[in-house]
Amino acid sequence: MAVSAAYALAGNLTVLARNEKREAAALEKIAMWAGQFTPMISIARPSALLLEIQGCIKLFGGFEKLLGKVKAGLEELGYTPNLALAPTPTGTLLLAKSGLELYAVNDETFQNHLHRLSIDVLGDDEAAIEPLRRIGIHTLGDCLRLPRDGLARRFGQELLDEIDRALGKLPDPRKPFVAPEEFASTLELPYPVPDLESLLFAIKRMICELGGFLASRNAGVMKLALQFGHEDHSATKASLGLSVPSRDTQHLLALLRERLSTVTLPDRVVSVTLSAEETAQLAPRNFSLFGDKEGEKESRFALVERLCARLGENAVSGLQLYPDHRPELAWRESEPGTEAIAIETPVRPVWLLHKPRTLAVDGDSPVLNGPLMLLSGPERIESGWWDGFDIARDYFIAASSEGAKYWIYRERRDNPSWYLHGIFA
Amino acid sequence: MSAALEALLQHPGIWRGNELSHVALPGIPSGFAELDCELPGGGWPRGALTEILYDHEGIGEVSLLTPALAKLSGETAWIVFVNPAYLPYAPALAGFGIDLSRIVLIRTRSSEESMWAMEQALRSGSCAAVLGFMPYCNERGLRRMQAAAEAGKCLGVYFAHSDHALHASPAALRVKLTPQKQTTLVQVIKRRGGSRAPTLNLSLHHALAVSQFSGTSAGSVPARVVFA
Repeated sequence: MAVSAAYALAGNLTVLARNEKREAAALEKIAMWAGQFTPMISIARPSALLLEIQGCIKLFGGFEKLLGKVKAGLEELGYTPNLALAPTPTGTLLLAKSGLELYAVNDETFQNHLHRLSIDVLGDDEAAIEPLRRIGIHTLGDCLRLPRDGLARRFGQELLDEIDRALGKLPDPRKPFVAPEEFASTLELPYPVPDLESLLFAIKRMICELGGFLASRNAGVMKLALQFGHEDHSATKASLGLSVPSRDTQHLLALLRERLSTVTLPDRVVSVTLSAEETAQLAPRNFSLFGDKEGEKESRFALVERLCARLGENAVSGLQLYPDHRPELAWRESEPGTEAIAIETPVRPVWLLHKPRTLAVDGDSPVLNGPLMLLSGPERIESGWWDGFDIARDYFIAASSEGAKYWIYRERRDNPSWYLHGIFA
Repeated sequence: MSAALEALLQHPGIWRGNELSHVALPGIPSGFAELDCELPGGGWPRGALTEILYDHEGIGEVSLLTPALAKLSGETAWIVFVNPAYLPYAPALAGFGIDLSRIVLIRTRSSEESMWAMEQALRSGSCAAVLGFMPYCNERGLRRMQAAAEAGKCLGVYFAHSDHALHASPAALRVKLTPQKQTTLVQVIKRRGGSRAPTLNLSLHHALAVSQFSGTSAGSVPARVVFA
């Protein structure tokens, strides 16, 4: 009916313009997400998706469980699905269009359901159905009782062909959906959003889509990139790196929440784009007989990821030994959890100063909060002529008058001054 | 006393006036036997916050923990340093027997970040020990750390200036260090249960014990020479 007629019937109606491009894009995203259930997917415009599940039923433990998962997943994505199951693609579409949850597992049930369907599900518009209604045909069963050539002559060959395709009498080839290699999803927000909490709701949906996409490839994501589009500002970007590939939506959301708490938005957000920049195959889980060590390992690194997400990648590191005699180079930063190498070292202080600090001298002896008494040494280290950072130092362990113990050295070249390099905490 | 009565008295909910609390998790032996005798659970409290108070650096405040950390590094769990003022020196830590693959060093830009990081690490359950070096936080912050350490069954250690010994703290254990010439006075100023602990005189620089000798002048023959 016309919009004015609709307003006449219900005064407080909200009318939204239909955006067919967005609908098509949404359908594609759902198709990508559905790849986790079956590889055979076809898009049936304007608003339907066909999944061929004969080969996958056993994997998911029966068609009811599979359909239940599909329904729950689609609802999480924010859609209200009408599901149906039938032996032919067109048959399924007709059953789904009826809006009743009809699952026809075998031919007999299918014929029953089909015969009882209202003719509303046929064809694309009302004009094709009106003539049928006028002669008293209300269900598909009635339609099938009419003579075939008469039906084709009076109401069009397409109608007969559709029914034949539904019954499986005509071939019904469908174009398969091919998922793109990389995941990138953009969500245009219906109105500008000023704060991050509301954005997390939109991001959650995109993370669910990403989860489905990754599941279809048995992969996990290692690096995510988020981009927020603004009206009068250039886009704000944020990225998140993971140390262990993951497709767990809860985990990814938690990490994104931490990461986004550090992002300031210069303007209201009108669009959000999520892309998976780096993915990796997930190793198949081996369930050991004696308890799940893999689970422990994952949660250890989940903490590191959470810390990096909030504090920044450079804020968190592990420590490694390095074979070099120069004390400031005898260690390296590393990824937490890197296997330790063993190098023999003499006694070293717990704390090393980032830069050696010059010590005041009293005559010839160094002074720090009072005179320092040299307890041990000298340990002479001369090294590094090959890379420009060569040192010639005599290291001592010294004690202050209060009883604190320090690691100090005396430069042997240039000006023989004293420096504090470490503290025996 | 009958066996049944003895068994009943071991219940953690019962405390007799002259003894230390029974604790749910066994303590981690500190490596200093005299100290372990004074600590409930026979060592550093697991699943609780310990405060170490000192006013000079370099008196063995971290060496007090290193034997326990070496033991903890046998578990597959992190040993976390949150925002220390100096760099934890890998060769020293390795020398104490701590497995470096367990170490996580966190550098933060503000005290809120430090507190957040410490709480996350304590609560996660994947850390064996978390050492925090930050400006003294108030009682509410410390209470949250204590709760987080309980949740994560972690050894939480907080280093602060000994001035804060005068303030109340929810930490399960508070230890104050005062340096002496050769040793350090270790005083347990708060522990669960038990009467006032005696002050212990411990030699905390255990790693130095081997190489220490009475003194040397700056110009003597080098004891160890490395040319590379």
